[in-house]
Amino acid sequence: MEKVFFLIFAAVAVGSALAVVTLKNPVHSALALIACLLQVASVFVLLRSPFLAVVQVFIYVGAVMVLFLFVVMVLDIRQARMEAFPQKERWFVYAIVPVITVELLTVILGKGFPRLGPGSTEATTVEVLGKALFTEYLFPFEVVSVLLLAAMVGAIIMVKKRWD
Amino acid sequence: MIFGIKDVIAVLPEITVAGAASCLLLVDFLIPRERKSAVGVLAIIFVIFAAIFSIFLMGTDVMGTTVFAGMFAVDGFSTFFKYVVYAAAVLSIMLSFHYVKEEGINAGEYYILMLFSLSGMMVMASAKDLLTVYVGLELMSLPVYVLVGFMQGDVRSNEGAMKYVILGAFSSAILLYGISLIYGLTGSTGLHAVAAVLSSGSVNQGALNVAVIMMVAGFAFKIAGVPFHMWAPDAYEGAPTPITAFMSVGPKAAAFAVILRVFMEGLGPAYGKWQIMLAAVAVASLAYGNLTAIAQRNIKRMLAYSSIGHAGYALLGLVAGTSEGVSSVMYYMAVYALMNLGVFAVIIMMRKGGQRGTEIDEYAGLAKSHKGLALVMLIFLFALAGVPPTAGFVAKFYVFMALIHKGMVGLALFAVLMSAVAAYFYIRIVMLMYMREPVKEFELAHSRGIYYVLAIATAGTVILGVYPGFLIELAQKASLFP
Amino acid sequence: MFETTVEVIIICIKVGVAGMVLFSLPIPLTWVERKVAGHIQVRLGPFRVGPHGILQPVADMVKMLLKEDVIPTKADKWLFMLAPIMTMVPAFAVFVAIPVGDKFTLPFIGKDITLYMSDMNVAVVYILAVSGLSIYGIIFGGWASNSKYAVMGGLRSAAQMISYEVAMSFAAVGVVMLSNSLSLVEIVKSQSGGLFHWNFLYLPVGPVWFMIFFIAGLAEVNRIPFDLPEDEGSLAAGYHVEYSGMRFAFFMLAEYIAMVTISVLAVIFFLGGWDDPTGVIPLPPILWFVGKVAAFIYLFMWIRFTLPRYRYDQLMTIGWKILIPVSLVCVLVTGLMRI
Repeated sequence: MEKVFFLIFAAVAVGSALAVVTLKNPVHSALALIACLLQVASVFVLLRSPFLAVVQVFIYVGAVMVLFLFVVMVLDIRQARMEAFPQKERWFVYAIVPVITVELLTVILGKGFPRLGPGSTEATTVEVLGKALFTEYLFPFEVVSVLLLAAMVGAIIMVKKRWD
Repeated sequence: MIFGIKDVIAVLPEITVAGAASCLLLVDFLIPRERKSAVGVLAIIFVIFAAIFSIFLMGTDVMGTTVFAGMFAVDGFSTFFKYVVYAAAVLSIMLSFHYVKEEGINAGEYYILMLFSLSGMMVMASAKDLLTVYVGLELMSLPVYVLVGFMQGDVRSNEGAMKYVILGAFSSAILLYGISLIYGLTGSTGLHAVAAVLSSGSVNQGALNVAVIMMVAGFAFKIAGVPFHMWAPDAYEGAPTPITAFMSVGPKAAAFAVILRVFMEGLGPAYGKWQIMLAAVAVASLAYGNLTAIAQRNIKRMLAYSSIGHAGYALLGLVAGTSEGVSSVMYYMAVYALMNLGVFAVIIMMRKGGQRGTEIDEYAGLAKSHKGLALVMLIFLFALAGVPPTAGFVAKFYVFMALIHKGMVGLALFAVLMSAVAAYFYIRIVMLMYMREPVKEFELAHSRGIYYVLAIATAGTVILGVYPGFLIELAQKASLFP
Repeated sequence: MFETTVEVIIICIKVGVAGMVLFSLPIPLTWVERKVAGHIQVRLGPFRVGPHGILQPVADMVKMLLKEDVIPTKADKWLFMLAPIMTMVPAFAVFVAIPVGDKFTLPFIGKDITLYMSDMNVAVVYILAVSGLSIYGIIFGGWASNSKYAVMGGLRSAAQMISYEVAMSFAAVGVVMLSNSLSLVEIVKSQSGGLFHWNFLYLPVGPVWFMIFFIAGLAEVNRIPFDLPEDEGSLAAGYHVEYSGMRFAFFMLAEYIAMVTISVLAVIFFLGGWDDPTGVIPLPPILWFVGKVAAFIYLFMWIRFTLPRYRYDQLMTIGWKILIPVSLVCVLVTGLMRI
């Protein structure tokens, strides 16, 4: 049963991810990206991380993509479309994508990936996550908070008109 | 797992710098526009406090341990690199006082972002876990992206920042991919745990190859190693010159600290895999950086290519993979910081009024009217070229020795050859300064900050060249790797 | 196996009931809203269809169904058709996590039936996340219409949503700190025991959190005084200016459900859910719950016909310069109080 769900989510995720890069209209690409992110969130649910799933929806789908769309709509990219991505540079993409795909497939299908953790079927609760963040991962957590402050200051600096 | 006072003491320098940056954000409001240098002075004072705490830590029993569940190491290695980045930050701030007024970008956030970046570098120097490595790296890079684009009205500044930020994000993604593969293979992000699993030899070799390639690529971007150097010339050229000085020295040293620790400690058992890749990056950087630098007419671009070349030399020390190699890289980074900051100090001094001081031809005949300045510049350029008896020579010498002791004579020979090429474009500037007649009167920016930097850098370059012993010893003692 | 089948059937019944209730909610609500509007403005409101106009919503529905479904020629056809559904689905999906009561025992069989579909341990975040998704219908609807008013409406709602979601999430953080749980059932249980145990009266921060939540909630559901995305004064009808017929009805439906959601959340977060404030009145809990929600809905309508609309810059000022700083201080104070 779970496998069926996984296959559905995974197929839609891959399909919409492909749509993101193949659709011509940036608004349609954004819509496809939203669909893709939602599918990934569903996969998180199957992996028994409900918190990660809802946070994915909350942050990426609920906030980041809204800002994306906001910019796309303000800029009116309908005309600009793909001009910024010149044809002659595409050989690079066409060359590198199959290479990486084949490489990753050999890696993933090969042996040697250990099974991580106890592999329990219990969902990770928010309590467990919170405790991990504030004990084992306290230091990176605090560094991230400084990082976000620095990023915020930087963003304000970049958009503020300081000099006439 | 509850953390105690010991963990807090161990990160006291980081807390000082990050806390100072946060407090200065508020102080900045109280300081009027024309007196923003005060923020810079306060920033320097706080960095000095952090440096004092670092010394103080060396005497406590925290030294040589890891804190925060093994995420953060306090050892000689990290302290050595922290001192290099302290110096980079303090000297760059001193260089900025005059320059930001000249360019009209004297905002308090300029210094504050440098402090944030510094705190990221310090985290990197101590990072003992891939997670800490990554967050430190981002904390270091983000403020620098902004600083590169700090001159809003300047097209080149915008261009540099744009390229830097996009390629930076790209490289971070690649690095993260590598890190996640390592985590998938070993089940841990702690460097010791990773090394333990890798040496047991039960991991998927193909996946490990991919992971190592990704990590080499991600890190090579941060040190501007070929073929991940594309951002460097534009970012160096566009950034405000003191920021160019800062980013050519600080982030590079911090990135080398991380590279040394991650590859030697975490991926040590996979030496055979990364050695060949790093050697390739090093050779490509040496060749491309030094050869392209010859064709440059803009001195900041030239120094960008020279910095690519220097990254190549330093990488060779890591390719050797011995304790001697590691300490030679540490020494190289310290010396490179001094001599590069020195050159940039001269360039900043040349920026005054209508004189930009960025074209190489502008230096023609400098020695005729300003003998002292030309002499100082000559010392720095000789040091960069690796001419004895400057510190630059000693630094290169130790790297080559490490290579030769490991039996990699071919690599050493190639590096020596490339030093000869490099000598050409450094000494060309010396020739211009001494042999040509000046086109017009020189205007020089006189600022106490620049004088201090020139004095410190000259003294360091000469003294470390003549008596390299004590710093080398420090580096050897601090190099904890097998 | 039998147990699982029963569970599945029970959940299906719950989904069916909830869906039916939500779908039919706008029928009484539009009537109430128009009646309230009428009485506040000293007139009678709808009076012709049925006694006291009570069949007016049915007439409206017939009108909506029979109207021509217009799609502008230059519109992005697929997105235009998709947008109303995209607003509606999240509005319904939120109710998966919302409890309307604890549980009751079926007579004769003695089986306990819970009055919620799922007691998620991340329910608070889930609701915030999913209710935030309904914005896409508005943005895409506005964009796909290929009309400047509609695009402006879409842009405004995007900016408004992002701004107020921060304050709203902070208010939820406050509630979580007060109740020590992310599960809505647990949040209600933590407030049981009468009026003075409710989060609303957790002095001094409770009322502040409540006000932040309420104001941000008003803005999230685009109700007056924050209904700038459909400001008829400057944008004709904003994002749904080009919509007609059933598609327009879907937008309206989603809007009413969102209002109900905010009311339900306010009741669960701050007013003790189905808790009896006095502890002596023998009413079934579900009636308390419905009563509180109804009072809230009335409050929404009352505000709609009493207050004028804010200007756009005022909207942003309230969000960023008042609500968010106040929330930050409140987080600090709440944290200190809960140590």
